[in-house]
Amino acid sequence: MVESARLSLHVPEPAVRPGGHPDFSNVKIAKAGSVPRPEVDVASEDIRDLAYSIIRVLNRDGEAVGPWAGSLTDEELLTGLRNMMKLRAFDARMLMAQRQGKTSFYMQHLGEEAVSCAFRKALQKGDMNFPTYRQAGLLIADDYPMVEMMNQIYSNESDPLRGRQLPIMYSSKEHGFFTISGNLATQYVQAVGWAMASAIKNDSRIAAAWIGDGSTAESDFHSALVFASTYKAPVILNIVNNQWAISTFQGIARGGSGTFAARGLGFGIPALRVDGNDYLAVHAVARWAAERARRNLGPTLIEYVTYRVGAHSTSDDPSAYRPKTESEAWPLGDPVLRLKKHLIVRGVWSEERHTQAEAEILDEVIEAQRQAEGHGTLHDGGKPSVRDIFEGVYAEMPPHIRRQRQKAGY
Amino acid sequence: MARMTMIEAVRSAMDVSMARDDNVVVFGEDVGYFGGVFRCTQGLQAKYGKTRCFDTPISESGIVGTAIGMAAYGLKPCVEIQFADYMYPAYDQLTQEAARIRYRSNGDFTCPIVVRMPTGGGIFGGQTHSQSPEALFTHVCGLKVVVPSNPYDAKGLLIAAIEDPDPVMFLEPKRLYNGPFDGHHERPVTPWSKHDLGEVPEGHFTIPIGKAEIRRTGSAVTVVAYGTMVHVALAAAEDAGIDAEVIDLRSLLPLDLDTIVKSVTKTGRCVVVHEATLTSGFGAEVVSLVQEHCFYHLEAPVVRVAGWDTPYPHAQEWDYFPGPGRVGRALAEVMEA
Repeated sequence: MVESARLSLHVPEPAVRPGGHPDFSNVKIAKAGSVPRPEVDVASEDIRDLAYSIIRVLNRDGEAVGPWAGSLTDEELLTGLRNMMKLRAFDARMLMAQRQGKTSFYMQHLGEEAVSCAFRKALQKGDMNFPTYRQAGLLIADDYPMVEMMNQIYSNESDPLRGRQLPIMYSSKEHGFFTISGNLATQYVQAVGWAMASAIKNDSRIAAAWIGDGSTAESDFHSALVFASTYKAPVILNIVNNQWAISTFQGIARGGSGTFAARGLGFGIPALRVDGNDYLAVHAVARWAAERARRNLGPTLIEYVTYRVGAHSTSDDPSAYRPKTESEAWPLGDPVLRLKKHLIVRGVWSEERHTQAEAEILDEVIEAQRQAEGHGTLHDGGKPSVRDIFEGVYAEMPPHIRRQRQKAGY
Repeated sequence: MARMTMIEAVRSAMDVSMARDDNVVVFGEDVGYFGGVFRCTQGLQAKYGKTRCFDTPISESGIVGTAIGMAAYGLKPCVEIQFADYMYPAYDQLTQEAARIRYRSNGDFTCPIVVRMPTGGGIFGGQTHSQSPEALFTHVCGLKVVVPSNPYDAKGLLIAAIEDPDPVMFLEPKRLYNGPFDGHHERPVTPWSKHDLGEVPEGHFTIPIGKAEIRRTGSAVTVVAYGTMVHVALAAAEDAGIDAEVIDLRSLLPLDLDTIVKSVTKTGRCVVVHEATLTSGFGAEVVSLVQEHCFYHLEAPVVRVAGWDTPYPHAQEWDYFPGPGRVGRALAEVMEA
């Protein structure tokens, strides 16, 4: 009989807790330009390494290098920078508005702007995203009006959702942005269904599913992968690994020594990891996956390796569970500063123009905020009607809801 | 007109709907090549192709979740959950997603899906093949809940459900799939071919969701039932020789309150019968509405007859199932009060 020790349960822990020195030495970063770019019709088993490495384009000197570089023009990159700056300025103003009591809640994108802004530019009009709460960049980069976003955040009289949704849970069919659910991972499989429908109808439109690292533990994530794989759905399965699911570090949902991207391999889905703070890399990888989907080659799974610099939401205090300086130690840098540096190296941008652009964008955001607040904030000014509570539960109001509406005095 | 079982009527409803509208798709576990474990989808894949009727992985949440996405795209998915008992992994998708998409997006996105599921007992299915989860759906604003009691209604209601712009839970009483059931388990099931309601038009027709039907007129007491219990209630009224009015609800949400109130106002007495467990069952909702709207017309307390508050047993199925004996005793109780 084999002698053995008493069993003990393994509970993963992050490398450092508050008070400690940030340490990302365990995050293996591939050199920019070092990861190959396969053809889009590659078999998943031939690119297994891409699920364990990190695709990067921008090097430390701000140069775009390697096989994933060169997919964007100067103008497109300048637009990308502007979109990320706009999202950051929007975030700052809305965070402040929440602190001023103008709304109940806000979730910012600080440090993750490249993921959604660059991804949107790889899609076409008519494609559909099934986003989480941290992809407002999909709307900003598609020129959805900021005033409308603010009206939604304030739940005011002009809120397109009539005060029914939590702030930041936007919806816009026209801009390919499916109505956000607060229930995690449910929409991952819905995106696969949308993509299957497009294939059933021999359409050319594709879908994009979004999830955070923590929510990959939900069963709907696995349902989505099995359906996407089974029917070769034209869908891009995005995982934003920003290291933290509220206070729980990514090692809890991930487990073991694998990567989130590697989960696609068991389903035969090509899987890539990309530097989520590198606008060029995100765009190049997203475009690769979009082309695969549009050529009827099936789904692609992409893990964006990034860092959530801000709190999870305005109800969260990250200093309680991670070192305060951890975000500064994040080895992949700041997506805005990296793209700015690249554009300066490229000779199409400068510190002066950047400062000027910041001021212009701030004016634009403040003007949008002024307009939105003219329609009211959560506790002041114009509100949606109480009648709106009862409308739209069904296409046609059934008698029992009509009776309740009348009882409420409307 | 043709004679149909409820299985054939359900199949015919999908067939008619798929023929009329290219956007109608049918999928679920075993529904494609094989035609479903109850054969409700038999022949549909051969007729419409495997991209409109197909098998899925065993993942109820995946089935309903993909259906929601397809509906957002513009299709009209009619999916099958193999037994209502297996619906729970999809409950999150149904209650927090399908039910609310129209509301939370202010109509920007909608969810016209139908979720079919065989429900109820009477076939020795034990705990995991006999449940009646309708009350779990009627509590959810945004869903519609339909339970047919015969082939004619099954077809008309299912076509209406597929054409409905909102998500519809379509619960098919499996005890009624092949024939009506008079509640006496020792007697053989009569085929639908000998029953008026087994006569079903072959083409397109609909029955409005939200309208009850009076199956037996009477003036002494109102029996409110749906699904298999409609047949049990009719048998009980016959056996007891009571002049009972039997209402078949057909739709639980929306509910045809007017028909219930009109009947109870007339009779002054009411018995509510369902197969699901008693506590917090749909009967509680009916009783509340009856006391709220008919209190001054009531001559006796309203009585509920339901499954016991236990899991559905296998060997003691007929002691669990509310049969005409139990319904008869309830009728006697309200008549004596």
